[in-house]
Amino acid sequence: MRREGNRMLTDTTMSTEEVRRTAQRIRKRVFEHVMRSGGGYLSQACSSAELFATLYGKVMVLGASQAPLEPVPFPGVPGRDNPSFVSGGAYNGPREPQFDRFIFSPAHYALVLYAALIEFGRLAEHALEAFNRDGSTVEMIGAEHSPGVETTTGSLAQAISQAGGIALGRRLKGEPGRVWVLMSDGEFQEGQVWEAVQALVHYRLDNVGIYADVNDQQCDGRVEDVMQVGALGEKLRAFGARVYDVDGHDVEALAAPAAAPSDGRPLFVLAHTDPTRGVPLLAERAPNLHYLRFGSEAERERYQRAFETFDEEA
Amino acid sequence: MEIVNRPHVENFIRWAADKPRVVVVSADLTNSCEVGKWRDTYPERFFSLGMAEQNMMGFAAGLAREGFEPFVHTFAVFVYRRPYDQLAMSIAYPNLPVRLMAFLPGITTPGGVTHQAIEDVAIMRATPNMTVLETGDATEVESVLDVAHAVDGPVYVRFLRGRVPRLFPQSEPMALGRARVLHEGDDVTILTAGITTEEALRAVPALAGAGVRATHLHVSTHKPFDDPLVLDALKRARKGVITLENHTIVGGLGSAVAELMAEHAVGTPLVRLGLRDTYAHGASQAYLMGEYGLDAMALVRAAERLAGRDTGIAEADLAQVRVEEVHSLAKAEAL
Repeated sequence: MRREGNRMLTDTTMSTEEVRRTAQRIRKRVFEHVMRSGGGYLSQACSSAELFATLYGKVMVLGASQAPLEPVPFPGVPGRDNPSFVSGGAYNGPREPQFDRFIFSPAHYALVLYAALIEFGRLAEHALEAFNRDGSTVEMIGAEHSPGVETTTGSLAQAISQAGGIALGRRLKGEPGRVWVLMSDGEFQEGQVWEAVQALVHYRLDNVGIYADVNDQQCDGRVEDVMQVGALGEKLRAFGARVYDVDGHDVEALAAPAAAPSDGRPLFVLAHTDPTRGVPLLAERAPNLHYLRFGSEAERERYQRAFETFDEEA
Repeated sequence: MEIVNRPHVENFIRWAADKPRVVVVSADLTNSCEVGKWRDTYPERFFSLGMAEQNMMGFAAGLAREGFEPFVHTFAVFVYRRPYDQLAMSIAYPNLPVRLMAFLPGITTPGGVTHQAIEDVAIMRATPNMTVLETGDATEVESVLDVAHAVDGPVYVRFLRGRVPRLFPQSEPMALGRARVLHEGDDVTILTAGITTEEALRAVPALAGAGVRATHLHVSTHKPFDDPLVLDALKRARKGVITLENHTIVGGLGSAVAELMAEHAVGTPLVRLGLRDTYAHGASQAYLMGEYGLDAMALVRAAERLAGRDTGIAEADLAQVRVEEVHSLAKAEAL
């Protein structure tokens, strides 16, 4: 392992082509699960598959998973009376100074995260069988016992502040590892995000990198219809952040900003994505893409055919 | 009675000197929370987060996850009311060692309704993993730091500032989950916390002089609320129990006592004194304590109701009572 600029290179750094294929497998795995369970969070996988694949395959410097491949049963909530609690962050490797950390904000993307962990060999192949099953840690909206989840962020916009505190703490300790955050664009409607951005800029926390899935989708429909967030890049730049607007399905474009030398500003990568990517049938439901529910058996069959013809090599 | 001016200022600086992992986060109320000199003494450990409490809670949580012990300093209302979701999900759920130093509890501020934390104990008691403390004098302001520091998890502290009386000797520091027995008698049991203890210290001797014998307990740990001394004191009250709190009577000390009495079948009347399900307004502490019945006279009247007779105690009698230095009857070695 060696550090080059901000970035430590590991043997596991993937080629662009490998990352691209991995993203498509994440998408397919989520699609398969959604068909098996009769619905679910599919559009999030369509938009963010390359984001997850690039973060795990090219951007984040993580050690080997410290957690069992088989997801453990729910260990109880954190507390002084529960010494057996295990953090879901252990799936992302040891908490050591040289390693990066992954803070996962839109907790309803959990299915996509679990699929990514499976593709990167950090979670067992059949782990999604435990998804949303009573007594399992593989929860529908993950909390910090869930695989790959270090902080509890289902109440949106809290991750960026927690990541800021972690980054500040790591800087105080002189740790070289960076803190990566995956966010969704709807979260930028919460005032807390802007409180956090001003604090990241104020304390020059350039060890934080935020990847945002800008898919223009939220629970009620299109972000721009529900409550417009406007030109995110311009707003963030006005706050003093370093911003890259990229095609969120282009692996090299996603990975490039992470390799640029830090300059004192927190990094934002706005990944502009298509929430129907790989499953064009979804576009018929627009703007109601948040959670796929089949209105009829005929609709379910159409999605089943789409799944069966899903091109993993595309 | 000794009055100590701003006891937190120097004490916290001394206390933190050999604790490099202690950091302070503040939301634009640094001098108001008596940590301006702390900031100047330890600038590398002080973080101004501005008027942005939601984000401040997340930063405190992140610092705690990295092994630091953040002492959040702001007004109580801006700890539990404005950023409650962040407090609950970013700090309390993961059981992080964040110390929430909550200034201006109850009606101790003339700042009016926006600045008066009147339901904080109720909300913090209902928050899992949270330990809830309240300081009642200068000795507790000084010693609560050790108590909070020893807790594996988040701690909410109702904190006193400015001119603070020293009711308890420095040789008797605050102890987690241990009430102070300040007077003993079998007619009524009186439980107070924070600034209301001083009121009871005026009322109890006057009541004794009128033949109403009271057991008086000062409570500094609202949660956990499992001190056997408290249960014993509730059981010995022949005429009834009175709680007096700088807080709404819903969910605070009075409710905690009611729960304990019900669970242990302590069959005696309970009078809860405090804000009667109302907000307050901006005025002096003494004025508000009189207006809302949080003072010594209110306590006397409640004791009279329980005792079933008029004691003849008047306002002037209470004003004459000097609060002498009080030593806890519950010596550490006796517990």
